[in-house]
Amino acid sequence: MTKTHVTATVNGDPVEFLADPRETLLDCLRDHLGLTGSKEGCGTGDCGACSVLLDDVLVCSCLVLGVEAQGARVETVEGMAQGGTLHPLQRKFIEHAALQCGFCTPGILVAAKALLDRNPDPTESEVRFGLAGNLCRCTGYDKIVRAVLDAAAEMRGAQ
Amino acid sequence: MAKDETATFRLIGTRPDRPDGLDKVTGRARYGADVQAPGMLHGAVVRSPHAHARILRIDASKALALDGVKAVVTRADLPSGLTGEDWNLQENTLAGEVALYDGHAVAAVAATSKLRAQDAARLVEVEYEILPHVTDVDEAIRPDAPAIRPGAADHSVPTGSPPNLVRQIDFGHGDLEAGFAAADLVREQTYRTEATHQGYIEPQACLGQLGADGKGEMWVCTQGQWYIRRMCAAVLGIEAAQLRVTPSEIGGGFGGKTTIFMEPLALALSRKAGGRPVKLVMSRAEVMRATGPTGSASMDVKLGMTAEGMITAAKVTFRMQGGPFVGASPVGEALSCALACYTVPAVHHLGLEVLANRPKAAAYRAPGAPMAAFAVESLLDEMCRELQLDPIEVRLKNAAHEGTKASYGPTYKRIGLVETLQATKTHPNLSLPLGPNQGRGVAAGFWFNHGGETSVSLAIGEDGTVQVSIGTPDIGGSRASLALMVAETLGIPYENVRVNVVETGALGVNEPTHGSRATFASGKAAVESARQAIAQMCRRAAAAWGIDPDAVEWRDGAAVPSGDNAGKFPPMTIAEIGAAMGSTGGPISGHHETTAGGVGASFGVHVVDVEVDPETGRTTVLRYLVVQDAGRAIHPAYVEGQYQGGAAQGIGWALNEEYVYGADGRLQNPLFLDYRMPVASDLPMIDTVIVEVPNPGHPYGVRGVGETGITPPLPALANAIAAATGLRLRSLPMSPPKVLAALRARANG
Ligand code: FES
Ligand code: FES
Repeated sequence: MTKTHVTATVNGDPVEFLADPRETLLDCLRDHLGLTGSKEGCGTGDCGACSVLLDDVLVCSCLVLGVEAQGARVETVEGMAQGGTLHPLQRKFIEHAALQCGFCTPGILVAAKALLDRNPDPTESEVRFGLAGNLCRCTGYDKIVRAVLDAAAEMRGAQ
Repeated sequence: MAKDETATFRLIGTRPDRPDGLDKVTGRARYGADVQAPGMLHGAVVRSPHAHARILRIDASKALALDGVKAVVTRADLPSGLTGEDWNLQENTLAGEVALYDGHAVAAVAATSKLRAQDAARLVEVEYEILPHVTDVDEAIRPDAPAIRPGAADHSVPTGSPPNLVRQIDFGHGDLEAGFAAADLVREQTYRTEATHQGYIEPQACLGQLGADGKGEMWVCTQGQWYIRRMCAAVLGIEAAQLRVTPSEIGGGFGGKTTIFMEPLALALSRKAGGRPVKLVMSRAEVMRATGPTGSASMDVKLGMTAEGMITAAKVTFRMQGGPFVGASPVGEALSCALACYTVPAVHHLGLEVLANRPKAAAYRAPGAPMAAFAVESLLDEMCRELQLDPIEVRLKNAAHEGTKASYGPTYKRIGLVETLQATKTHPNLSLPLGPNQGRGVAAGFWFNHGGETSVSLAIGEDGTVQVSIGTPDIGGSRASLALMVAETLGIPYENVRVNVVETGALGVNEPTHGSRATFASGKAAVESARQAIAQMCRRAAAAWGIDPDAVEWRDGAAVPSGDNAGKFPPMTIAEIGAAMGSTGGPISGHHETTAGGVGASFGVHVVDVEVDPETGRTTVLRYLVVQDAGRAIHPAYVEGQYQGGAAQGIGWALNEEYVYGADGRLQNPLFLDYRMPVASDLPMIDTVIVEVPNPGHPYGVRGVGETGITPPLPALANAIAAATGLRLRSLPMSPPKVLAALRARANG
């Protein structure tokens, strides 16, 4: 099938790639751009491991076609740290042992960042519902929720 | 190796950042599907859409005619003549004459892109003759059930038995009749659990390369690279040592990644495509349809109890299916775990393994134990209620302890069930008031833990830092716990130790990270390796000082003269010894190889409070408490993580997760949308208490904590729902429709 030339901005950098019209944005990020931080856990929009921001909107990149990213801004887990400085969420995830296998972590970090951008002072329940689209099979979510609440508190304090 | 229980440690018990944390929060960590290789092809698998069907013809000509398709592999490409479990593995990798379950692989293709490979797979024509099938365990054991593999039964099955009964296990001790006669209350009930999947978020993925010379390499997400090596070698008829297997970071396993499914296909395709590497990644539906879930079970339990709550006798009969292969169900483990928590004077176990047209079961966290606990701990709770006895007190009265002859045979060494029950009793959650439609459930659980083949090597660097090579992949922070133990032993900073999970070519054989053994067995071998290195370093210092090696002690990361020589020379640090090692006798290292003994069982007690919505039948978990004996918590945060993760999986199993087969024998819910695992908004915080009754068989007292935690939630939830509603559910999952149906049935009298 003929491929489509796509230009986009990923984590602030201009990129271009050739997408088969059947390829998802996740496929393009991983296979064409070498950004393998976003994971495929299901391919059907049910696990959130592929979460990215598309023009500031949280999406499952497995449900977006690569060609739809034409002209868009995409942010992935690889873009969360600024230079050598981790985002507070990344730091708190390590400190709180909020990951075991770590496979859900990229998607959860992106989703948690989107949540805190929207709601800087969430309750525990708001964090739980905000992350309900992200499956973690290892942790039981306890330490993830604590890490997000702690990061939110730190980020509020820093402002 | 007796352990001083009052020991205090410099590092053990602290919570440093895990060494692989940075890689994992930045997206840098490389998992199974994250690598590419020059000249790489992509594979796709053709799977049976039928539960049971004879394969009449496979025609790959249209697939091969597609541009970019480089190889098609069928069973004819694999060697014949395998026996036993090797044959099972090969048959499960690719069906031979008969497809045995919905999703059973029948062919595989390799092409220049993922999409092309998928297109080609659709062009492979397979002609089937559909055969009668059976997927339910109770139906599969009937004498008139369709025979799945005639002649497969082993010697334990009497002739004239039902056609799918393939293995029978029978053991026990004591006088059962006298035991039941001595009871004031005897009750017998039947319980059922559906199959559930490990549900790791990372689907199986590998990149394999195999040349015509029989030499190959594989990158794969696995719990055990040597198991992959041995199994692939057996299935393909190549030599194990010629295959180098490198474990990727692993996105969860829970037992499901201790074996092979499609991995040999990547190698077979590569061999047929002239040695080009082939990447094979499963879709979620393939994971659910064709990788090992756990078995399903139908269980009879009979218990005798005195009015005071002493168990006098127990009899369990478990029927389990684990797919179409003998030995795949965890029925043996289930029997052994059933009454392992208690001192029972008379006990009898009978296990019946049945074949069914379902995927080959794989290990799932404490295989068999959760089902057994659901049956036994539920009935125990029913009897406590009937006799109006406190469930924790009854468990304390009957609790196994050091010297108890375990229900499954051996005599327990030091174990911590009594301490765990006592810690539960005094926890504040137990005295919180409950409202309407709310109930509290208690249950205990057990897992043996495992030692296993283990090989570790450790080397001192020129600057005194230390590298440790281990063979057990890190699934939940074990690099951190191993680094803590090595640093503690050597008296150096945690940061100065780097723990590497290495490929099969770099170390002797290791069993996988299974059986809760990584921190126990690799830890034990790593500490032994560190001790060897210490002995060498003391000898180097003694030689430099011209004194007897016995007159040198190791303290705080340095060799120190002792006894008569104390104070005569300044301490020689590990960095100084490392810097000089080239001229003092060469590299300094330690290594240890063992089939690790000294395993200590881990017991846990869970307490859950639920609220059941009478309108919808939905159960909300209000609070959850896990109390478990860790022996010693090396890195307490990752111990808590195991407790919480096990509880969450058990809650899913109890309340929602199940394999649903249609009348056509096809899996109805192979996606996460319908296979409903707990999400963050389904759960509360999960409170944990780490009990530490050190295991005398480990230098720091470790028992292993990974598996016990999935065992008590199933009965704990059933007991809590019974307390909240007065209804006893004896079949899992206790999903809203089932609970609602039970509530309505009662209302309608
Ligand atoms: S991979 Fe996109 S939601 Fe699971
Ligand atoms: S840490 Fe393994 S899935 Fe979340």
